[in-house]
Amino acid sequence: MENKMANTPEDLNYTKDHEWVRAKGDEATVGITDHAQNQLGDVVYVELPKVGDKFEASESFGSVESVKAVSEIYMPVSGTVIEVNNSLADTPEHVNEDPYGEGWMIRIKIDNPAQVDALLTSIEYEDYIKEEAAE
Amino acid sequence: MLKRTPLYEAHVSIGARMVDFAGWEMPVQYSGHVREHMAVREAAGLFDVSHMGEVEIRGTDALALVQHVTTNDASKLEDNQVQYSTMTNLEGGVIDDLLVYRINAEYFLLIVNAGGADSDFKWIEGHAGMLNVEVHNTSDAFALLALQGPRAERVLQQLTDHMLDRIPYYWSQRVLVDRVDCRVSRTGYTGEDGFEILCHAAHAQHLWNRLLVTGHDRGLLPCGLAARNTLRLEAAYRLYGHDMDETTTPLEAGLGWVVKLAKGDFSGRDALVRQKQEGLKRKLVGFEVLDRAPARDGYPVVIGDKEAGMVTSGSPAPFLKKNIGLAYLPTAHTKAGTDLLVSIRGRNVPARVVETPFYKRNRQFD
Repeated sequence: MENKMANTPEDLNYTKDHEWVRAKGDEATVGITDHAQNQLGDVVYVELPKVGDKFEASESFGSVESVKAVSEIYMPVSGTVIEVNNSLADTPEHVNEDPYGEGWMIRIKIDNPAQVDALLTSIEYEDYIKEEAAE
Repeated sequence: MLKRTPLYEAHVSIGARMVDFAGWEMPVQYSGHVREHMAVREAAGLFDVSHMGEVEIRGTDALALVQHVTTNDASKLEDNQVQYSTMTNLEGGVIDDLLVYRINAEYFLLIVNAGGADSDFKWIEGHAGMLNVEVHNTSDAFALLALQGPRAERVLQQLTDHMLDRIPYYWSQRVLVDRVDCRVSRTGYTGEDGFEILCHAAHAQHLWNRLLVTGHDRGLLPCGLAARNTLRLEAAYRLYGHDMDETTTPLEAGLGWVVKLAKGDFSGRDALVRQKQEGLKRKLVGFEVLDRAPARDGYPVVIGDKEAGMVTSGSPAPFLKKNIGLAYLPTAHTKAGTDLLVSIRGRNVPARVVETPFYKRNRQFD
């Protein structure tokens, strides 16, 4: 995967719930951001939906757990799950080590590709993290 | 406004993530939860636990008051000895758990949980009655550091001439640590060997820095509340407010060994005697989840198809690499080996009652 070193790769879109989206046409890959995995700490368990499950934007589609706590993961845009990263069951640490690559969570078919345009750009997301930290 | 310990600046300066804990702004982690947990199991860790409360009881009736407000038998203590105990209300419910230090026959020091420090103090003072005692809440005057792990003694020994190997488990001594006057006890909340070091608040920062620097080469890490919680859970130490509170008795919490019904009257005794005669309806047990999904505080425990109890502490155990927890269950289902289900976010996951502690260190020197 490209741009592994960046905290917030420029070619992705982001949510205020700290998910990232890599959209191509009406399909997209979704995961949690480097910032999110860093805040969570050592990920020990990821609960993901099944292929075929449908979710509205902002609906919880699963959870990611560190030793300390459980965090919900939210759907960035409405859509249907077409692939799930089952390897995270055995290697949840990929979420920490490679959040934009091996740590991806689901691939979806997007209901309305225009919803992607409403998400944050990498610059907007970086600003949002800074604001959050300042609070 | 959250309270801060004398070490607040020290924590922030080394990048601790601070959280609200029982009204205190405390470090939850520094370099990483699991890393800190493992440092304590394999090397050493240093914790700021200055949020904990101190209550001093002085006077010729000091022992009588301690005996009245705590469940363990403090008359068995010698000077410098330390005892784990609980305080119970008239119904036998746990008001707090604590350490009782006998400094001398007329001076006892109680170390209580942060959340209960003020109410515990009032409760104790309220029982002084006509006794010849003075009760003081000295929580703000003291700092408390916990130095824990197999290398704790070697680290601390570098800063004192006092022969630390002469302080046995659950004993304390007045010790000069790097010229700072401290009360050092071989106690802790991690399941490892180690010490708790009580000093005046003004000396806390000096001591903290010296211990960090001295321990650095031996792998000592500053450790936060997140590691403290998983360490204590592996050792199956109860956490007040989670595994017990005023609605649970020490007998139900598996702390019958600190309830000495024969010692004479004390607050809660009648209720505890009654409960013992009638038999316990429920008990706190340890369980292992037989699944990758961790059980968390508050998750229901299901036996057959009925909800039978609740997880009071649940977490992945970083050293044991299992998902473990404590839960109250009907007594009939508390035997090791009993099969349970834990309802984890809508899914019933298999679990099994196991003996506790989950983790027990090799006691080479005890």
